[in-house]
Amino acid sequence: MDFPVLTVILLAPVVGALISVFIPKEESRIIKAVAGISTFISLALTIVIYFVYYTQHLDTGGMAFTEDIPWVSDLGVVYSLGVDGFSLPMLLLTNVIGFTAVFSRSWSVEKRAKEFYILLMILIVGVMGTFVARDLFIFFLFYEVVVIPIYIMVIIWGSGSKTKDVTKEYAGMKLTIYLLVGSAFLLAAMIWLYMEAAEMRGLPTFDIATLASLSSQFDQQFQIIVFGMMGFGFTVLLSMFPFHSWSPDGYAGAPTAVSMIHAGVLKKIGGYGLIRIGFFILPLGAKFWAPLIAILAVGNVVYAALICLAQKDMKYVVGYSSVSHMGFVLIGFASLNIIGLNGAVANMFAHGVMSALFFSMVGYIYGATKTRYIPDLGGLAHQMPVAAAGFVVAAMASAGLPGLVSFVPEFTTFVGAFKEASLRIPAIIALTGVVLGAVYVLRMVANVLFGPRKEEWDHVEDIRGSYWIPVVVLIAFIVTFGVFPSLLMDMVNSGMQPIAAKLVDAARVASQMGGNI
Amino acid sequence: MEINYSLLTIEIATALLALVVLVIGLVVPREQRYGLGYLVTIGLAGILLVSFGFYGINSSLFEGMYIVDDFSVFFKQLFLVAAILVSLAATLYVRKISANYGEFFIMLVFATLGMMILSSAGDFITLYLALETMTITFYILTGYQKTESKSVEAGVKYLLLGAMSSGILLYGLSLVYGMTGTIVIADVAVKISEMSAMPPALIVGIVFLVAGLGFKISAVPFQMWSPDVYEGAPTPVTAFLAVGSKAAAFAAIVRLFIVAFPAYGAQWKVLFAALAALTIIIGNLVAIPQTNIKRMLAYSSIAQAGYILTGVVAANAAGVKGVAFYAMLYVFATIGAFTVVMNFSANTGSDEIKDYAGLAQRSPLMAAVLTVCLLSMAGIPPLAGFAGKFYLFSSIVNQGYLWLVVIGLLMSMASVYYYLSVAKVMYMAEPTDNTPITVPVGAKATLLMTMIITVFLGIYPEPLSVLANIAAKALFF
Repeated sequence: MDFPVLTVILLAPVVGALISVFIPKEESRIIKAVAGISTFISLALTIVIYFVYYTQHLDTGGMAFTEDIPWVSDLGVVYSLGVDGFSLPMLLLTNVIGFTAVFSRSWSVEKRAKEFYILLMILIVGVMGTFVARDLFIFFLFYEVVVIPIYIMVIIWGSGSKTKDVTKEYAGMKLTIYLLVGSAFLLAAMIWLYMEAAEMRGLPTFDIATLASLSSQFDQQFQIIVFGMMGFGFTVLLSMFPFHSWSPDGYAGAPTAVSMIHAGVLKKIGGYGLIRIGFFILPLGAKFWAPLIAILAVGNVVYAALICLAQKDMKYVVGYSSVSHMGFVLIGFASLNIIGLNGAVANMFAHGVMSALFFSMVGYIYGATKTRYIPDLGGLAHQMPVAAAGFVVAAMASAGLPGLVSFVPEFTTFVGAFKEASLRIPAIIALTGVVLGAVYVLRMVANVLFGPRKEEWDHVEDIRGSYWIPVVVLIAFIVTFGVFPSLLMDMVNSGMQPIAAKLVDAARVASQMGGNI
Repeated sequence: MEINYSLLTIEIATALLALVVLVIGLVVPREQRYGLGYLVTIGLAGILLVSFGFYGINSSLFEGMYIVDDFSVFFKQLFLVAAILVSLAATLYVRKISANYGEFFIMLVFATLGMMILSSAGDFITLYLALETMTITFYILTGYQKTESKSVEAGVKYLLLGAMSSGILLYGLSLVYGMTGTIVIADVAVKISEMSAMPPALIVGIVFLVAGLGFKISAVPFQMWSPDVYEGAPTPVTAFLAVGSKAAAFAAIVRLFIVAFPAYGAQWKVLFAALAALTIIIGNLVAIPQTNIKRMLAYSSIAQAGYILTGVVAANAAGVKGVAFYAMLYVFATIGAFTVVMNFSANTGSDEIKDYAGLAQRSPLMAAVLTVCLLSMAGIPPLAGFAGKFYLFSSIVNQGYLWLVVIGLLMSMASVYYYLSVAKVMYMAEPTDNTPITVPVGAKATLLMTMIITVFLGIYPEPLSVLANIAAKALFF
């Protein structure tokens, strides 16, 4: 048997967590080092397989590095892992953010550091697992593993906000309830899909590819209902308007590392699941719901951007901006063509690294100054030039500056959207979000970093020691993928091919049936 | 006719164990009786081991009066496991709360015997007798703390309401007998299939059966007794009542309705579906504002009964498998949680949730076990409750009960709220009193076992699902 590289990637943080259990809790530096090393192992291996796939498997596409171990025989659950051009960028994103999150500044973590790093590692494993699972049951298992650690991390190490009457307990519980309600619908849809497929085949299976091969046999009604429930679950996770309000509160309440992982990758599980499971298995359902997704996506972009303009808390600005960016992703999905899907998925990656850097820098400034309230801050570029540089790069990437990671994906998304006649008007409205996005990030940059030097911040220290790691690593990714977008776009394209082909097929079938969808 | 008494080995051994404990309790001086708890644990464990040999027999005794099939063996093992865990956990606790040490264990074994016979009952008489054996011992156990007014009150309340529900059940059984002319469960189905129309009295009888057994599983709207009784009864009794009595009633429901009334499936399925939905919704919603942990667990156990009912609604092998699987893992989660409650009140004298503040620092083991058990009840993967809910809900989803699945899942997510609130108090809040809480050896063993099994079955449900499958197949041959 081949070297089970994906299992090793998954297990490295688990082993790190287990080792940490036995380290006395006073040794928080050693625990942090263990967390750093174990997440680094995962990151390094992921980079290796990313390039192996990029150089060897890109033309053929499909799943690589597969592993299959039968798990629960009567349910047909198989512990099956594998990556393709869609899951690899997501896996890479998880590991980049996981590794840098360990070294980001979450000042409240000074107490009970041991539990924090253990939970963080569990969280990272859960997120990685969802991206490499080829079995629906395993996917869901990993997905749910994520929710409880996040809740605990928010209520123990989180913080309230100065601008809103939001406590960390409230933020944590709100986030948990939204995600769990979403997952309840998701689970119901999944169980129904599973039973329906089991009846057709006479043999139960959770294998996503097998389920997708049955998709032409599921009737339209069934696909619409199941996709509706599933889509609700996934888009709540993706913070689709009007179910987005948990996300800014949650990010603002969470400690830095959790905000990074949550905004950076966890949300992307929603997009990933929507495509990999929803679009791939239920293309007719996707077709039916796409117009609604497009309309709500415009809501995401514009509404969240407008709210963003009114925020005075840095974390809320980044939080709402992430909701706004998810609108671009959703518009790309709604286009249902390969260009739009490529753009949307690449956008998920781009937004991931960018928002992780953003939250990391906000967290650093918050840790140093103990405030996130924008009017309190100002002129920080004088005292902390490195942090300011990181902050500006994140802001520029957020505004979609060419040469940085998010330019090409956003551009591609809109090309895909304009290809569909029905999406032109929503896309034009959504383009205003790009302008508004530039306004609110630049205004925040100006008010926080520039302006006259404030004496009261003279004591704060600039980034040093291990705090350099997130800045360097994340900027490296933002610039590399910005300058060489094909590294990302070719990969995504190979992953999207089968899914887009499926959607084209479904469209042909639907037009043959003379359906009105 | 030759009667093979060896089929009754498990029951006879359990009865003997009870009598032995009774006699030892009489002859041994008071101070030396404390070994009885361990004796019962070891005795029951021995019986549990023997019972594995009874799978695959599938035969009946006394003209269908008593059935020894895989279904009954599975549930017998469930009762034995519950009794073992409770007696192990309660060994020292009972010594604290009462002078009549031996009686507790005698009653425990007798109640187990009643449950076992119930799961094997092949006719109405056996069913009713077994049910009464079980409930009457529970009346005594509930009022076991004679000096505590709460315990006595709970005992009386349980007695009055329980007697009434037994009456309703008996009336239902007599109506069914009157209409079909037989008391053997399997023959009832045959007689009904020969009928041309559905006699109204039979419908009334079936409704009465639903009500009478609905009381035992504390399904809404027959649940009023359970929070008071759960709160007032001594905690080990509450634990045993919550798992044993409920599982036994489910065993009876499954056998009675699926074997005797398949012809009226359409009717009673709807009834049970409505009961399940109500039970899930009300149990979970009312649990939210509770401040006493025993009351909270009482409402949560009402909700759990609602989940299990969905398997009865399915009325097929997959549904029965779900019932069996869920009932078993519910044993571990519930007894684990109640053992923590028991130990906590033995140390602090309180059952209030707010007093659990900082338990994680006072006893990390207890806090961890309670969190795992509660999250398993909420159905959070990778704990056993998730696999259980998956089996249950997948059995009804394509029978037109998608709405019930959605209610069940939504409400189990709502339940996360009150379960997590307990976890939050334990992990977040600072303790008012910093003294560590000691856990006696027996209780520690129970805690570890329940936690490990709950996690293990969540990650790898295969062993239990194979057993549950065998049990379910026995009813659908």
